[in-house]
Amino acid sequence: MTKEELLQQVCGLADGMTIQEQSNQPTVNVPVEKWLSIAKTLKSDQRFQFDMLSDQAAIDWPQENQIELVYQFYSTSLGHNLMVCVRVSRQNPIAPSLYQLWPISEWQEREIFDLFGVRYSDHPDLRRLFLEDDWKGYPLLKDYKDDFMLERPW
Amino acid sequence: MVNPEISSLEKRIQQSPSKTELNTQEYFVNMGPQHPSTHGVLRLVLRMDGETVQDIIPVLGYIHRGIEKKSESVGYRQQVHLTDRLDYLCSLMNNWGVSAAIEKAMNIELNDRIETVRTIVAELQRIQSHQLWWGVFGMDLGAFTPFLYGFRDREKITAIFEETIGARLTMNYFQPGGMMYDIHPDFVQKVKEFIKYFRPILKEYEDLFSGNIIVQERLRNVGIIDGKTALAYGATGPVLRASGIPYDLRKIEPYGVYSKVQFEVPVGKVGDCWDRYQVRMQEMQESLKIIEQLIDNIPEGKHMVMKFGAKIRPPAGRFYSQIETARGVFGTFFVSDTTDKPYRMHFRTPNFHNLWSVLKMAPGGRVADLVAILSSIDVVVPDMDR
Repeated sequence: MTKEELLQQVCGLADGMTIQEQSNQPTVNVPVEKWLSIAKTLKSDQRFQFDMLSDQAAIDWPQENQIELVYQFYSTSLGHNLMVCVRVSRQNPIAPSLYQLWPISEWQEREIFDLFGVRYSDHPDLRRLFLEDDWKGYPLLKDYKDDFMLERPW
Repeated sequence: MVNPEISSLEKRIQQSPSKTELNTQEYFVNMGPQHPSTHGVLRLVLRMDGETVQDIIPVLGYIHRGIEKKSESVGYRQQVHLTDRLDYLCSLMNNWGVSAAIEKAMNIELNDRIETVRTIVAELQRIQSHQLWWGVFGMDLGAFTPFLYGFRDREKITAIFEETIGARLTMNYFQPGGMMYDIHPDFVQKVKEFIKYFRPILKEYEDLFSGNIIVQERLRNVGIIDGKTALAYGATGPVLRASGIPYDLRKIEPYGVYSKVQFEVPVGKVGDCWDRYQVRMQEMQESLKIIEQLIDNIPEGKHMVMKFGAKIRPPAGRFYSQIETARGVFGTFFVSDTTDKPYRMHFRTPNFHNLWSVLKMAPGGRVADLVAILSSIDVVVPDMDR
């Protein structure tokens, strides 16, 4: 399947899905309400067979008041890549957990919760990963400040 | 979607599933953060039933330095310095990962010399990293001699690197657009000498360690993970290949000059510690083969195609690129907003993901087996914690 065909087929799964142009991988934007059902299709559908969740990252967009979750998928049987972007609101960031589909997700989601404060519903063990349990704030947000941070004088 | 409850380590320990069949007393043991076989400050909370490990709770963060946050305040050229500090045994390959991601974003075409030298140096480092792993693996199992042998031979490669690069551990050699310096005039000859020296030594490694009955007993059928589970649990690199899945980015998405050289991807069958050991031993052979094919005809050319000191401003967008290090897939994801600093930088590190598969390997085994398993996935803690 070529990159364009793959994108077309993925976008045909549900309404509201768009192609993200500014990317070096085939990338789709998925609305957060539909994300869990689409993820199930991506895993099990014969056309996609994404059995490997290589990476999860998040991006903070304070102007748009959103946090973007970025997933990297790979299919070992069909050999294609897909990047999925899911946006959640910044005030109340809740996203579905994918740990039942890709167990590694549990681990990756804990990292994003730790650094961005995104809460994953149905996550079996949602707690801080790198920082202490009672740490205040989420360091990778753009407006994060704490007492130990040094600002450059210039 | 329901708002989930946020847990803590204490709660997690209390909820740890009890699987005891006999009426033995269960207890918790802290392994680390200052345990020699965790190779750094990794802490594992173990739920024990007698001598058997029931459950593992990894606790990270003892060496978390916030490299992703720091990346946002430094320019693209300086990212390379930060990646040295992730997986310090594969610093060159990490350099390559981030440089390649930036080059892809900027559409920079490299000349053959750069690609060839990068491949040779990266393969040298794969051998170097595996040598250290082999030595430390022996020491974790209670054999001290491999440690000395491993470091003795590692020093030969370190000397080659020191001559060309000027550093022994945090290389900082690859830059977006090429390398910091051209190779030293003696480089080719020294590498050839090393190949000649190391071929028989690999046999010596096998004689000293692999055939030993104690080693075999300690490794065979310990920490078994099948291919499907390893993939679902995010394992890559030798850990995944030992379970029988030939996932190697050097073959799947060839970068550098890997598409022009002949080499095999060693895979295991069972997915136990022994297979992971064998895969790494064979990888050293394959790396030697790759270097041998390239070292005689390094093309002429410049070692840098970009202007030094020029600010790098990639076009706006999301960029993901990955390469194969000695431990698995190292991915670089960054978001550019056309300024000279990344808006967001994220590293997908192999050890962070490989550690999660230990939770599937270790339960049911002994603590001594856990030491062997941890060593067989080749943990480097700064790579997990970032």
